[in-house]
Amino acid sequence: MPGFGVMGGIHRYGAGGGGYGKQLKDDYRRFYGSTVNFAGRGEMVPNEASFCEIDPAVVDRWGIPVLRFHFKWSDHEHNQMKHMQETFRAIIHEMGGTPITPMPSRESGYGILPGGRIIHELGVTRMGNDPSRSVLNRHCQAHDVKNVFVTDGGPFVSQADKNPTWTILALAMRTGEYITEQWKAGGL
Amino acid sequence: MKRRDVLKLLLAAPAVGFTWTEAEALQAGTAAQTVRAAATAKPFVPKFFTASEFRLMRTLADIIIPKDERSGSASDAGVPEFMDFMMADQPERQVAMRGGLAWLDVECQRRFDKLFLACAAAERTAVLDDIAWPAKARPELAHGVAFFNSFRDLTASGFWTTRMGIDDLQYLGNRSVARWNGCPDAALKKLGVSY
Repeated sequence: MPGFGVMGGIHRYGAGGGGYGKQLKDDYRRFYGSTVNFAGRGEMVPNEASFCEIDPAVVDRWGIPVLRFHFKWSDHEHNQMKHMQETFRAIIHEMGGTPITPMPSRESGYGILPGGRIIHELGVTRMGNDPSRSVLNRHCQAHDVKNVFVTDGGPFVSQADKNPTWTILALAMRTGEYITEQWKAGGL
Repeated sequence: MKRRDVLKLLLAAPAVGFTWTEAEALQAGTAAQTVRAAATAKPFVPKFFTASEFRLMRTLADIIIPKDERSGSASDAGVPEFMDFMMADQPERQVAMRGGLAWLDVECQRRFDKLFLACAAAERTAVLDDIAWPAKARPELAHGVAFFNSFRDLTASGFWTTRMGIDDLQYLGNRSVARWNGCPDAALKKLGVSY
């Protein structure tokens, strides 16, 4: 059903190239229902350049130092984007269609959005066996403080391709069972 | 729409369950239109556009989508009122809209020593032809092109999402029918199948 934004950017469609008046009105009629959209999702592979740390200069309203974040896409994500773009365009060609937007350049990251735009941020308190390279152990328990557990998206070591809620719940349930066992055994 | 208008709409519907005859469906539709028309009979006072901006915006919208043999113009479909609403709903559009309309007047003054609305049809066309086709536009008119692209898109959003625009596109989904007859005969015939 026509909704807000319907046939936006008509000047990029086919031969008309924009215009106004009767010609444009007929272009809208001709092109309505003739487009498909693709949106790509991928997995971000963790990299050493993406991390947070205590900001050495900035404090919040209570005088507590704030976090500052460093973030960088790597070739892994850019290559995924390139592959998605090429695949989408191949599908469009196979269907007998014409891609309306040009293939984005490598410099523009093949059309990747800024980190954080699609809001499934995960990690930061990642789990791992090596305390020097992770915050939590395999049970989402802090290496440094045994009675601290993190059961949100923080333990993730990678950013899952799909919505993370079910995995967060599964990990939380697993951690809950571990806490119960440890408590019963007097280990906490 | 006011609460009492909604009540009137509800009262206009027949009270005999969910099965409407075609005549009843038609009657309810007509009643709804009458109530809506009464609700919008007052002269529209824009909240964002000045009176002169509103006239210019309405004229431009009607040049972009004029009345033809199949449907009415942008203003027939309520696009100017929609534009005013969108400026309040998405305030980040305000500067570009106000500036773009001003750009159009300034360009007309530069060329013809007249505001857009005072220009003859051929003079208006001369300016619009230079900004309406981005691929052919001269680089120094980039601001006009950007404004026109955005204005054309907003006009389209306003027009094609109205009943008038939806009927023009022959979009048949998302509406109530008095009786469900399954797949239309014409479509079955085209596909060469039956059930």
